[in-house]
Amino acid sequence: MQIVARAIKGWTILDLSGDIDLAHSPAMRKALLGEIKEKRIPKVFLNLKNVRYIDSSGIASLVEGLKASRDQGSRLILYGLSTSVREVMQLSRLQKIFEIYEDEEQALAS
Amino acid sequence: MVLRFGVKVPSGRTSTKQGVYPSCGRCAFHSELLLKLQLESNPQALGLVRAAVERATELLHFPEEESRAIVRSVDEALANVIRHAYQGKSGQPIEVTCRHLHGTQNEVCTTGLEIVLQDSGVPADPRKMKGRSLDELRPGGLGLHFMRQSMDEVEFSRKKGKNQLRLVKYLAPAASAAASEGE
Repeated sequence: MQIVARAIKGWTILDLSGDIDLAHSPAMRKALLGEIKEKRIPKVFLNLKNVRYIDSSGIASLVEGLKASRDQGSRLILYGLSTSVREVMQLSRLQKIFEIYEDEEQALAS
Repeated sequence: MVLRFGVKVPSGRTSTKQGVYPSCGRCAFHSELLLKLQLESNPQALGLVRAAVERATELLHFPEEESRAIVRSVDEALANVIRHAYQGKSGQPIEVTCRHLHGTQNEVCTTGLEIVLQDSGVPADPRKMKGRSLDELRPGGLGLHFMRQSMDEVEFSRKKGKNQLRLVKYLAPAASAAASEGE
């Protein structure tokens, strides 16, 4: 899995690619919580367009990030979910809990 | 309702969670070994197992959505072995066996994929295998829920000092017929 951070308008976009599983979710968690809790970025976007797979440990990290963003009064926004990732969000009944957009343009305009 | 081979269904037909299957007219019950993997409790191995199981589902003509569900279930099961049975300790043995199930009973048949995971870790605690309510927003506890949502059979057992998890997914009738023709 790869994580690339981009800064736009004082916000952060984390471009994720590959598989987010037990081996790689700790790296995503660290990057995500670093932006939310340490840097206190008001809007953090996760670009999941190139994520082929996410497991329950990845979902747990996203939930942790969401809770941290709520605590900080900031926003965590997801976009570009593949069919596989969307299925896992639905199975977890989280698709209505997270802010989810189709693409980057819609996400940035939100 | 879940089919268990060798159990007669009162209606005289073979039934599964997904329906009644027409007979291919030539098969008796058999279980064919597709894949046997011996690996260590290293999270880096998960990607390899996912790829192998995905290929097994393709061989049996599972639809893409069901293939993803099977792969997800095996991945979650393995992650649970690494995290709970071996408590994160790497280098411990895990065996993954995939079998093609094909059976006929009362002139109807079905086919499916059985995946058995075996480990020598601490005994699984049945009290912790109930999953959790999804109404609560908190990290963790989803793996078992994914397995139960996706698979037709999920069975835990402890045999000869080893944990064994058996996962089975049956093919829907149309795909089942295609799998039989492809043999």
